[in-house]
Amino acid sequence: MSSIPNTLKYASSHEWARDEGNGIYTVGITEHAQGLLGDMVFVELPDVGDAVTQGDDCAVAESVKAASDIYAPLSGEIVEVNEALADSPELVNSSPYEDGWMFKIKVSDTAELSALLDAAGYKNSIDE
Amino acid sequence: MANQTALHGKHLEAGAKMVDFFGWDMPINYGSQIEEHHAVRRDAGMFDVSHMTIVDLKGANTRAFLRYLLANDVAKLTVPGKALYSGMLNEAGGVIDDLIVYFLQEDFFRLVVNSATREKDLAHINNEAKAFDVTVTERPEFAMIAVQGPNAKAKVATLLSAEQQAAVAGMKPFFGVQAGDLFIATTGYTGEDGYEIALPNGQVADFWQKLLDAGVAPAGLGARDTLRLEAGMNLYGQDMDETVSPLAANMGWTIAWAPQERDFIGRKAIEQHKAEGTFKLVGLVMEQKGVLRHGQRVVVEGGEGEITSGTFSPTLGYSIAMARVPATAGDTAEVDIRGKMVAVKVVKPAFVRMGKKVI
Repeated sequence: MSSIPNTLKYASSHEWARDEGNGIYTVGITEHAQGLLGDMVFVELPDVGDAVTQGDDCAVAESVKAASDIYAPLSGEIVEVNEALADSPELVNSSPYEDGWMFKIKVSDTAELSALLDAAGYKNSIDE
Repeated sequence: MANQTALHGKHLEAGAKMVDFFGWDMPINYGSQIEEHHAVRRDAGMFDVSHMTIVDLKGANTRAFLRYLLANDVAKLTVPGKALYSGMLNEAGGVIDDLIVYFLQEDFFRLVVNSATREKDLAHINNEAKAFDVTVTERPEFAMIAVQGPNAKAKVATLLSAEQQAAVAGMKPFFGVQAGDLFIATTGYTGEDGYEIALPNGQVADFWQKLLDAGVAPAGLGARDTLRLEAGMNLYGQDMDETVSPLAANMGWTIAWAPQERDFIGRKAIEQHKAEGTFKLVGLVMEQKGVLRHGQRVVVEGGEGEITSGTFSPTLGYSIAMARVPATAGDTAEVDIRGKMVAVKVVKPAFVRMGKKVI
């Protein structure tokens, strides 16, 4: 079974979000998602300063198998992106919840968190 | 229930991710497809290709039959053991399958055909064989392992008896020899040195384990696809099929036009294709970010075509593809990648051979 940390929030489209304090959330894709996609070869990230809206595509993960849109799990402003993925996209495979993070959002409306799943809810959604 | 090869248990034991491949439950990777790809280019990897279909043809007229059945000419096979790659065409000049034929004895040839096309291939071969009184026998009791890479032969050698080592010593590319229980051929689908080895189902798990112990890395269908595409080798059903002329699939080199009087199935049709001109299969190279994919639209000088196979090339570090385009295409093209037109280079469809870039 793939790992689904209890400390994170999840979108049913396989992104996770981690509360870093001060309204900043780190975003990546789940271990389950990286397994479905296979070896990552390019990750196209948004630009710092971009405004994103919950549910809109804002990044692309290209694996050996397919190009997949990554959706913003929360609305806000991109404040940092993981530059390491430019040279090492495989971090998304080897460390999806840590070194393979994709971008950080300064969230504009924390009420949107209620639309996300907890670990148990996400687990149910992928067991279907 | 999906078919399983005799190595199915070994794949599960190694933690393979299994997928359905035309009715067979096969490993797509054992963790990382890219690492498996590199293992084959740099050292030695092995693939379970037991799902492929071995068909033995016997009878005094076998050579005459094959000269009629195949677009390439088995008259080129004069030394026992020698193999030939050929298309098997229909009357309309479309490709029923691509295959390897081995000349073993004057009354005994062996074909290795694709698994996805097994049923229609056997029906076609059986149907055409009647007139030549050739016996057609499928050999499902054999499993097959492809061991490929610069160190593949040396690692296999550690498993062979002195007699078997002598049998394969100095064997040139595209030969096969029966050595004890092993049918060992210097063929492959990766662009690297190595063997394809057929052996009885009951022995294959043990042989696979010995190869693992000798340091050969298991590799799945994912790596097999990126390796063959880098090598510029066609995949049946993707780069060509029954609706495609071999001339539009970079298979012109496999057609033996001479002697003119040799009649083979599809000859008249492809002579017409040749006279009229066809699309051509070219290679595409995109050095910027992104990955070329099957089905993407390709705009070239004089018209439009389509990517038949596209991937990220682990050896080159950027994307490559094969595309069928109008013959007027020049040195550059544009590919429609999810609505964005991206400039790519047009090259011959071969990118990496023997570990080296060839573009």
